[in-house]
Amino acid sequence: MHSNASEAPAYQTPAPLSADAHDALKIVVVGGFGVGKTTMVGAVSEIRPLSTEEVMTEAGVGIDDPSSVRSKTTTTAAFDFGRITITEDKILYLFGAPGQERFWFLWDQLFAGSLGAVVLADPRRLEDSWYAVDRLEAHGMPFVVAINRFEPGPGLAALREALSLPDEVPLVECDARSRHDCKTVLISLVRHLNDLYALSPAREGTP
Amino acid sequence: MNPKRIDGEDPDRLYTVTGGRSRTEESTFDSVTLVVGECEPRAGMQSEHMRILRMCARPTAVVEVSAALGMPVSVVKILLRDLMDTGQITVRHPSSASTAANVHSPSSETLKQVLDALQRL
Repeated sequence: MHSNASEAPAYQTPAPLSADAHDALKIVVVGGFGVGKTTMVGAVSEIRPLSTEEVMTEAGVGIDDPSSVRSKTTTTAAFDFGRITITEDKILYLFGAPGQERFWFLWDQLFAGSLGAVVLADPRRLEDSWYAVDRLEAHGMPFVVAINRFEPGPGLAALREALSLPDEVPLVECDARSRHDCKTVLISLVRHLNDLYALSPAREGTP
Repeated sequence: MNPKRIDGEDPDRLYTVTGGRSRTEESTFDSVTLVVGECEPRAGMQSEHMRILRMCARPTAVVEVSAALGMPVSVVKILLRDLMDTGQITVRHPSSASTAANVHSPSSETLKQVLDALQRL
């Protein structure tokens, strides 16, 4: 069945990018199920968040060990994203991604080259964030941790300790529904990046 | 991609690393590579190709094409490669893609632009 061509298509192309759009940047919001990742992306995005999925690329898996049964498995991960126009030619894409171990192939297939990440944590389920924090540290991916405060709970110092978060990693509170709060979280990440790179003389002369 | 990182990985996490390596091998498209249509859709074309060309009259990111088609990103990349190989689309890769690093260290100018844009929100 084809819909009438005059009817709105099932997918409405969101506001198109500028014809001069040239360079897309990425920031990833990572967290456990139901922590508010999509809410956060939607709070600051200029388009309604879109969702899509990725499957684990099979190529390469098991090549070193042809007997590996692992190459037979397929993992599908759904994720959301939104965007923010930076300049006439730069756009920032914000991804909301699941933090569980089985979904981390997304980081290699989709999120490589990200500016940084926001770990969105529910203080009642901090353990959901442990893996993401470990993994980002292992990747050398700069990040901040944002506590989506659902109800009164332990203070930031206690949460920092529970997450074994180094002092230099910003830890902020937010309400993921609040545009102002989410904007503040992203600003804290960009400031953190500024601090990191200002401290790194190795970057001088990088094209 | 980065031998040091691979060496430092736990064996049970190798699938992620191999996923990364296959990505490098087929690195024609980043998830946010912007796709620009270079011709009009024509009758007789594969319907997905027609939809892509219609969408990409203006620059459109690979993930947006994926969302619109309701297909996984890696599948969309294959469709896009067909179109690129036949000159029907051109692509604008993110500047981060040229560094081949896991993490994109942007210029201070870029960071300032991002900060300004966020403050305007």
